[in-house]
Amino acid sequence: MSGPHLPAWSLTANAAEALAVPAPWPGAPSREWALDGSTGKGVRVCILDSGVEGGHPLVGEVQSSVAIVTREDGETEVVPDEAKDVCGHGTACAGIVRMLAPECEIHSVRVLGEGMTGSGELILSGLRHAVEQGFDVINMSLSTTKRRFAEVLHDLADTAYFQRTVLVASAHNLPVESYPWRFSSVISVGSHEAADSLVWYANPSPPVELFARGVDVEVAWLHGSTLRCSGNSFAAPHVAAIAALVLAKHPELTPFQLKSVLYATASNAGGDA
Amino acid sequence: MTDDRLLAAAAAGSLGSEAEHRALLQGIVEVARAIFGSQAASIFLYDDEADELVFEAVSGEGEGDLVGRRFPSSVGIAGWVLVTRQQLVLDDARSDERFGRGVAESTGYVPNKILAVPLLHEEDALGVLEVLDPPAGMRDPLADMELLSLFAGQAAAALALLRRARRARAVLDEAEGTPALVARVAGLLERRDDQKARKLLEALAEVLETR
Repeated sequence: MSGPHLPAWSLTANAAEALAVPAPWPGAPSREWALDGSTGKGVRVCILDSGVEGGHPLVGEVQSSVAIVTREDGETEVVPDEAKDVCGHGTACAGIVRMLAPECEIHSVRVLGEGMTGSGELILSGLRHAVEQGFDVINMSLSTTKRRFAEVLHDLADTAYFQRTVLVASAHNLPVESYPWRFSSVISVGSHEAADSLVWYANPSPPVELFARGVDVEVAWLHGSTLRCSGNSFAAPHVAAIAALVLAKHPELTPFQLKSVLYATASNAGGDA
Repeated sequence: MTDDRLLAAAAAGSLGSEAEHRALLQGIVEVARAIFGSQAASIFLYDDEADELVFEAVSGEGEGDLVGRRFPSSVGIAGWVLVTRQQLVLDDARSDERFGRGVAESTGYVPNKILAVPLLHEEDALGVLEVLDPPAGMRDPLADMELLSLFAGQAAAALALLRRARRARAVLDEAEGTPALVARVAGLLERRDDQKARKLLEALAEVLETR
């Protein structure tokens, strides 16, 4: 944060005491301090995925829905979308967020459903739109392997980070590089097997930073139904929801601070003791 | 005749036949099906010109008539897995009748459980591997996903070979005269696998490199 009396890019010796940290922590943060009593109220969570089925019993109201589409001239465009899902996956992610953070806002940015051709551009445009909207949390249970998108995705992830938008992305364990989950400005999430949505682990060996519930999860699916699913895709929205809980209670936290809170309150750091 | 065309021609001759690649893919889905104990296993190739997924190999349900069938890459679980590069396990798929019908329209079979993984090679998503209906409760879900990743690596390498060979052959199909002849000669020499043949190939390579 820079201001008229603070240097933007360096910190002189006498300036340090002027840098008041707006959220002093009560020693090591506890879960009680971090999220107890929070419902996620007022936090705006974006699901960047296949759309979200509005009115689903496990999702409820979807505050806004847009789709990224490819125009005839090849450029991408943001258009209003019905609150619908072309696959079921985005609804599943939204349902997990709603379960843990019942009073958060859910916004859908649909980047899938037009096929593989141009899908990288759609994901990129979708993330750019979501960052421009200033959502508090963006869930990306998807990635791209195209290296030509990596640099722009990296810039978008950094922009999100500095404007206090928390970007949560699912990792994968396949033997290729993919983005944006590997970027350090993103919270990357893999799966654990415990059947408890409030168990998460900090990984001492990144790039995967957190492990959250991702196995045999009962999720919302198309047409008001439910399915049991496994995959890192379902672990990421658990962390997105937990981030929403923390931010509703502590809106002053930066993504850096939030990530530190998630680390300090992880189950393997004694967080759920 | 360009160097690229000559190289493509030589590659087409030495990369093996369509039948060999299909046998490799078929072997992968058969082993996957056997190890998972599943009702079926399939490999889909992404056809980027048509933006469609194509059944390239099937073991089990649908084995007889699915190979070659196509569906849009925007459809269903396979399409989602392809585009997002995420692996996925779905249970109780039949519980949603409309979802099941959508799956059936694309695969001809309505499974209860679907394990799906993208087939990634370098920066490309080449296709999708699916394992349908493994026995319930037999395995650890994360172990299943790890195992599926291993098969995915193998299947992706095989698909990459198949795609490269098809592209090389496509170059040849467009060419006339000498390139096609070079390809045939290279293929024959490769299959003979004897010292004289190898020396002849090396000599040919040297000539090509000095052009």
